[in-house]
Amino acid sequence: MAKTITQEFVKGLWDEIPPFRLVLGLCPTLAVTKSVENGLGMGVAVIFVLVCSNILVSLLRNIIPPKVRIACFIVIIATFVIVVELVMQAYAYPLFLTLGIFIPLIVVNCIVLGRAEAFAYKNGVVRSIVDGLGMGTGFTISLVAISALREVLGNGTFYGMSVFPPAFQPFTFMIEAPGAFVCLGLMLCMMNLAGNK
Amino acid sequence: MREIIKMIVVLTVLSSFSGGLLAAIRGGTKDKIEYQQLVFVKGPAIRGILEGCSNDPIVDRFKIKDGEIERSFFVGVFDGKANTVAFEGIGKGFGGDMGLMVGVNIDDDKIVGMGVTTHSETPGIGSKAKTDPKFSNQFKGLAAIEPCKVKPDGGEIDAISGATVTSRGVCVGVTDATNIYKRLKPQVAEKIKEFK
Repeated sequence: MAKTITQEFVKGLWDEIPPFRLVLGLCPTLAVTKSVENGLGMGVAVIFVLVCSNILVSLLRNIIPPKVRIACFIVIIATFVIVVELVMQAYAYPLFLTLGIFIPLIVVNCIVLGRAEAFAYKNGVVRSIVDGLGMGTGFTISLVAISALREVLGNGTFYGMSVFPPAFQPFTFMIEAPGAFVCLGLMLCMMNLAGNK
Repeated sequence: MREIIKMIVVLTVLSSFSGGLLAAIRGGTKDKIEYQQLVFVKGPAIRGILEGCSNDPIVDRFKIKDGEIERSFFVGVFDGKANTVAFEGIGKGFGGDMGLMVGVNIDDDKIVGMGVTTHSETPGIGSKAKTDPKFSNQFKGLAAIEPCKVKPDGGEIDAISGATVTSRGVCVGVTDATNIYKRLKPQVAEKIKEFK
């Protein structure tokens, strides 16, 4: 069952891509994907937290007592989340304002805790880094895909740039919360169709 | 027993390490964050008031202790002379407190401009206090040592139609700012000499 390093990375991009295959981390997936910029910002923040917490959990896996492992994971994850929050406030304040509460909420993001528990606690440092990178990238790609669809249809723009002629009437529903559910459902459906071939 | 001690030790060490790291990062980013908040929350109003100044008013700022509160003053340099300060007063509007940034020329004690920084007024009605330049321009040139009032109250400010409470709140806030100015003028005049 041993996988190569490349396989560890690639599994996060398709076979176990977090929001679509594992259906984890849906709260930020639905909430922040109003625009590509937000989706990308959130994705990068999650990659950082995921890789750092995976490294630390993997390094400390022989020291952390099994009975309090979850508490230890949460302390590690929360630390990196606050690092992200502070750095984002200092260098990307507008992004911090739009992402708002969803940055602190990365602490309880199932993907981060899930990878610490299911992977980093049982594997070496290099594999954990690769796993974190793969899963984080997969999460970012999913966020960007959903937000691209929502932003293009709902606002007529992509990353703030207009993609339609001015006559285009934006399909505002896609920007609203229900549009997020519909969009995610359709994408899950397409993923399953593509996977069943 | 051994297990319990190990748990306690690991958790304690981990938590204190995390606390130390965060304290260090917080210390390193504190100034930058304060600057960013000023730029994005108060920056637009300050830049509007001190339009045409040759410095960056958000960098050139100082604080003066006023009783128990520390007030920030933003310096504007015009024609090579630091003679204008912008600072904030508080007025009560229809939806709660409003922050009013007021710029005063310290040479002739006249208001050079007014801008709303934070408010929770009704969008489209009271919020015009922030967005309608016709309203805020009325404050230009008023004497900063007299209270300011809307026309129905015997003053000279035309209220925004449908938003008398907001307009009155803005006047109260501007008056609050002028009171601060009267109180702190000696210190302001002293501090502003450091800027050129």
